[in-house]
Amino acid sequence: MITRFLWQGMGPSLRAAVLFVLAIGIILPLLNQLMPAGSTFYVPAWVLQLIGKYLCFASLALAVDLVWGFCGILTLGHAAFFALGGYCMGMYLMRQIGSRGQYGNPLLPDFMVFLNYKELPWFWHGFDQFWFAAIMIVLVPSLLALALGWFAFRSRVTGVYLSIITQAMTFALMLAFFRNDMGLGGNNGMTDFKDILGFSVQSDATRATLCFASALVLAIFLVISAAVVGSRFGKALTAVRDAESRMRFLGYRVEGYKLFVFVLSAAMAGVAGALYVPQVGIINPSEFSPGNSIEAVLWVAVGGRGTLIGPIIGAFAVNFGKTYLTGALPEVWLFALGALFIAVTLFLPKGIVGLWAQVRKARAPA
Amino acid sequence: MKLGSILKTGMVAAGLLAGAAGSALAQGAPIKVGVLHSLSGTMAISETTLKDVMLMLIEEQNKKGGVLGRKLEAVVVDPASNWPLFAEKARELLQKEKVAAVFGCWTSVSRKSVLPVFEELNGILFYPVQYEGEESSRNVFYTGAAPNQQAIPAVDYLMANEKVQRWVLAGTDYVYPRTTNKILEAYLKQKGVKQEDIMINYTPFGHSDWQSIVAEIKKFGSAGKKTAVVSTINGDANVPFYKELGNAGIKAKDIPVVAFSVGEEELAGIDTKPLLGHLAAWNYFQSVKNPTNEAFIKAWQTFTKNPKRVTNDPMEAHVIGFNMWIEAVKKAGTTDPDKVIDAMIGITVPNLSGGYSAMMPNHHITKPVLIGEIQGNGQFDTVWQTPGLVVAEEWSPYLPDSKDLIADWRKPMNCGNFNVVTGKCGGKGK
Amino acid sequence: MFFLRLLAGVSSALAAVVIAATAWAADLQTLVTNLTTGSFGDRETAIGALAASGDARAAPILEALGAGQLYLRKADNVVVIGKPDGNQLALTEAVSGKPAGTGSEAELDRVRVNNRLRGVIEAAVGSLTLMSPDARVRRGAADSLFKRPDPAALGALDAAIAAEKDARIKTAFQEARAAVVLVSDAPKQDKLAALDVVRDKGNRDALSVLQAAINSASDPEIKAAATAAAASVRQSLAAWEAAQNVWYGISLGSVLLLAAIGLAITFGTMGVINMAHGEMVMLGAYTTFVVQDIIRTSFPHLFDASLVIALPLAFVVAGVVGIAIERGIIRFLYGRPLDTLLATWGLSLVLQQAVRSIFGPSNREVGAPAFMSGAFQLGQLTITYGRLWIVVFSLLVFATLILVLRKTPLGLYMRAVTQNRPMASAMGIRTPRVDALTFGLGSGIAGLAGVALSQIDNVSPNLGQGYIIDSFMVVVFGGVGNLFGTLVGATALGIVNKFLEPYAGAVLGKILVLVFIILFIQRRPRGLFALKGRAVE
Repeated sequence: MITRFLWQGMGPSLRAAVLFVLAIGIILPLLNQLMPAGSTFYVPAWVLQLIGKYLCFASLALAVDLVWGFCGILTLGHAAFFALGGYCMGMYLMRQIGSRGQYGNPLLPDFMVFLNYKELPWFWHGFDQFWFAAIMIVLVPSLLALALGWFAFRSRVTGVYLSIITQAMTFALMLAFFRNDMGLGGNNGMTDFKDILGFSVQSDATRATLCFASALVLAIFLVISAAVVGSRFGKALTAVRDAESRMRFLGYRVEGYKLFVFVLSAAMAGVAGALYVPQVGIINPSEFSPGNSIEAVLWVAVGGRGTLIGPIIGAFAVNFGKTYLTGALPEVWLFALGALFIAVTLFLPKGIVGLWAQVRKARAPA
Repeated sequence: MKLGSILKTGMVAAGLLAGAAGSALAQGAPIKVGVLHSLSGTMAISETTLKDVMLMLIEEQNKKGGVLGRKLEAVVVDPASNWPLFAEKARELLQKEKVAAVFGCWTSVSRKSVLPVFEELNGILFYPVQYEGEESSRNVFYTGAAPNQQAIPAVDYLMANEKVQRWVLAGTDYVYPRTTNKILEAYLKQKGVKQEDIMINYTPFGHSDWQSIVAEIKKFGSAGKKTAVVSTINGDANVPFYKELGNAGIKAKDIPVVAFSVGEEELAGIDTKPLLGHLAAWNYFQSVKNPTNEAFIKAWQTFTKNPKRVTNDPMEAHVIGFNMWIEAVKKAGTTDPDKVIDAMIGITVPNLSGGYSAMMPNHHITKPVLIGEIQGNGQFDTVWQTPGLVVAEEWSPYLPDSKDLIADWRKPMNCGNFNVVTGKCGGKGK
Repeated sequence: MFFLRLLAGVSSALAAVVIAATAWAADLQTLVTNLTTGSFGDRETAIGALAASGDARAAPILEALGAGQLYLRKADNVVVIGKPDGNQLALTEAVSGKPAGTGSEAELDRVRVNNRLRGVIEAAVGSLTLMSPDARVRRGAADSLFKRPDPAALGALDAAIAAEKDARIKTAFQEARAAVVLVSDAPKQDKLAALDVVRDKGNRDALSVLQAAINSASDPEIKAAATAAAASVRQSLAAWEAAQNVWYGISLGSVLLLAAIGLAITFGTMGVINMAHGEMVMLGAYTTFVVQDIIRTSFPHLFDASLVIALPLAFVVAGVVGIAIERGIIRFLYGRPLDTLLATWGLSLVLQQAVRSIFGPSNREVGAPAFMSGAFQLGQLTITYGRLWIVVFSLLVFATLILVLRKTPLGLYMRAVTQNRPMASAMGIRTPRVDALTFGLGSGIAGLAGVALSQIDNVSPNLGQGYIIDSFMVVVFGGVGNLFGTLVGATALGIVNKFLEPYAGAVLGKILVLVFIILFIQRRPRGLFALKGRAVE
């Protein structure tokens, strides 16, 4: 019933996008599992992992686009929510290692053993249960977003100022997580995971499943975002973006709108981060670095802000480029990446999606 | 009976055919060697040099005809100082490029990031940087120093020769300094140093304002006892640290600083005249005089077309690691990882400090330890040297949970964390 | 007077040498040759013997040894002193002091010393140079004796005190004598008097001497007196410590100000979120490197002026690049401030990689000119010249900038354009040109900051990255569009940081400052000094 309602609320191109994402998430893992290794149709595990990573980045980009493209809040701290979700997942995965660590300590992760921790810090309790970790993955980023948004939107911190304080937030978190005294592994973070829900993270079947899960989550996020954006609420949101004061004068509680979408977006980023960690095999404080947040914004800009498909295209395009160029042109790939960002902002203010629209318009008879 | 023998003959024939095909293939295709060092981002500052060293070594080996009659081909990728990207690139090198061995990583976190990949895909990694120990993987060969090959001899030297009684352990807040300082603290206490004579200080990466900490050190040093600083401060932060030390007039005569992460490459960015006499502990200095080293320096400066280019300890580690790998491949007669890994143990090659280094069963190598004092020209003067080679203690005896562990990758033990008390593989062995 | 000197000389010789009468007879040649042989331990004995000879020629030889300038010539085994002279070394024979031509490092064997020997040499040279005609040398001798008190030097010190006419050096001698008394086996009364002298010196070195006295005292009375003296020194030092923190704060603030002030123009007044600002700072630092490199190879005598030469060049280089950026990229993005962020971020990647490709990824050496090396004491405050000059320089830059904005036509146009672009344009101001110049000015100032920062930080492609976030924090905290806000913001953040650091540690201190800024922005969304206005947005 609800799904049908949601489905009908979306335009044809969005429906196609959702189907396409799901198709990637189903077909590629299946090809990996069913085809023999020598076949031309065989998808090796590393490709699957790359696709899984891109899908997580696409979810993050979608989250950024929801607040930036539709509500005009330029966040430079979304990587923090992504990383927090990742850390929650990382803590769960660390607890799953159990006594298979280097020191064979059944309770303490390795990094705690050699830093002479005697017992598990309080905030690690509960993370041995997946359901608890799953709740935290959503809750921790949401609460941080709620706290930051609550203060910032009520004090009417807007525009550049908001960007700067979100950047300060992720920078402060990065410094904090770098501290070994935090009990979260310091600079090394968490790595060498063994199991997720009882399945080995190194088996191809788990990888295929994780890739599928990332696609499924992205598809769900797309549907949710489409529902939010397409509703009356979404219209108000766009109005806030375009003329915040006017909305306020009209009697809308602008803070509420912003806060809702900010928290939703943070939760989405958190889930994306949680799926990212088991696929890349490491979570560490550099995920909080301000550069990562800026990059996420750039994916949105490259793909096309204010559209739901744009961020996904952008995330895939930029990250594929990065993967390819760091291998093919290791010495000069930063030139290419930098030039791409400049060119997109100068010539494609609406991103790749906008370019497509421009071309279509130009072709259409006047 | 007959059927059996026919089958057997058939299988032998098939095996021969496959073998022949394999070697025919081998004649043509070059052996790929992966180079996994950051060429951009924060670590490019240190790692780019190592990439160049690898290119040079591979070029030289090819001039000698390669190995097993095949040429070597370097596959260079840029993990961009991004730790997840390290894992991704490692997978790309092993699965897509099918490299025979990888030389790479600098930071511990990058090694930790790629470790599961190498273990899963059974690759070979040569890791060239001094590190905190507490690890031994079947798939990794650690050609840098473990703490007992660097930190402990340095402390011994200061105690014996400079009569140091008070210690500042200053480091960047990450795993290597944390672990090294834990080990040093336990070691110093065992030597009778009291808790109040040890000061531990951690700073963030890239810390650039050292005024307060230098003042703190000065304060700690005015307690009437000879004081020394043991610095595990990471690369980038060292330049401002030493500049501040020099300006604040802390001379090596008063409070010597012994560093474990400052080599010739780092000193190239500083005016070293005010730093005269501060120390570093390494397993190699460019200033070491012997024909092997002089030839290497010459080759390196020719290769980089820069007569002033310096060499340093991690470069030497790559030289040793690469030569060991070549020897192991020759010995095994193949690049098959399992055979090469087995062949590696016991391989001995000349190091650049004038002796020989051997690969031990714990996948670490034997090294001499050199204590050097910084000179005005950016080089080190060796003031002390261990009389023989030091064997790495991958599991430190000074940490309570690792003192019972050993690593031995020979059969039948074949274990990276064997507990000598319980007699079982796997840490505490519950 | 001459008689006194003579007496002093004789007594110093007596004090040190009577026992070593044989050494007196042994000629200097043997003593010097002994320096060059054997282990570090043997060398230590040789230094002692040479110092005990009391020979006036010993001091320069020992000094050369300490500085690593004593060599053994391979060809004829003559001990020579080599001073750098271009690529060669100008040699003099150590014993006779006769010039011995030139030589290269390859033809010579340097006599190696280690830290321990350097300390021994310093003490030995100290007791040999107490009677030097040069006041600074005598002062240095007193200081080194204070730090390394040697009971054997007591006689020499007494003689020096008697002969000294300069009151300050005399005090220094007396303090050194007190330190020597404390380590000697002098009677209790003398030691107690000495404790008072050391206490009155009152600095860290004095504390160190007192602590050593506490550690080694066997007599309870001396121990108690020393403890009391140490406590009193510590108390007065604690007060100085607060002052020290303020100074560190100001100094950190000046660095932040320098890094941020260019941004206060490009971001604060033009509204361009210039993520490539840090790279402008980096360009300035690399300009300094290039200037010094040229000076080192071609005009070594100009080295001390290198920074002064680099300043205008850095301003021009960064400024021209800034203008190029404005004309090439930024001008298409006015009215889209958030887009400038994205484009300039891409630009910063390109600039970093460009510098990495040209200069290599490793640190480059930028030396400190003589006037920026070392430190001086203000009471018990140690102030390094480098930091002092940076504080002065940042204030100069700030003042100049204010003057430019207030008193020049360009400043007038700039203010007009930022306040009301259409109106300014209608008045005939060529706004595009003013935009380009303003951006160039902001970038040029970042280049100047780079010259200063090259003195305290790494000159590497990552240099700018370390400052960009801090700079934004300073500008936002101080209030966008207000230069005085930037000044106050930078200083305040610097001082807060430095007061937090001793308690919270460097990392936590920085985190606390960031959290403070986040909370502060909630209270005052427009920063410390907001521009008053009636607009809603």
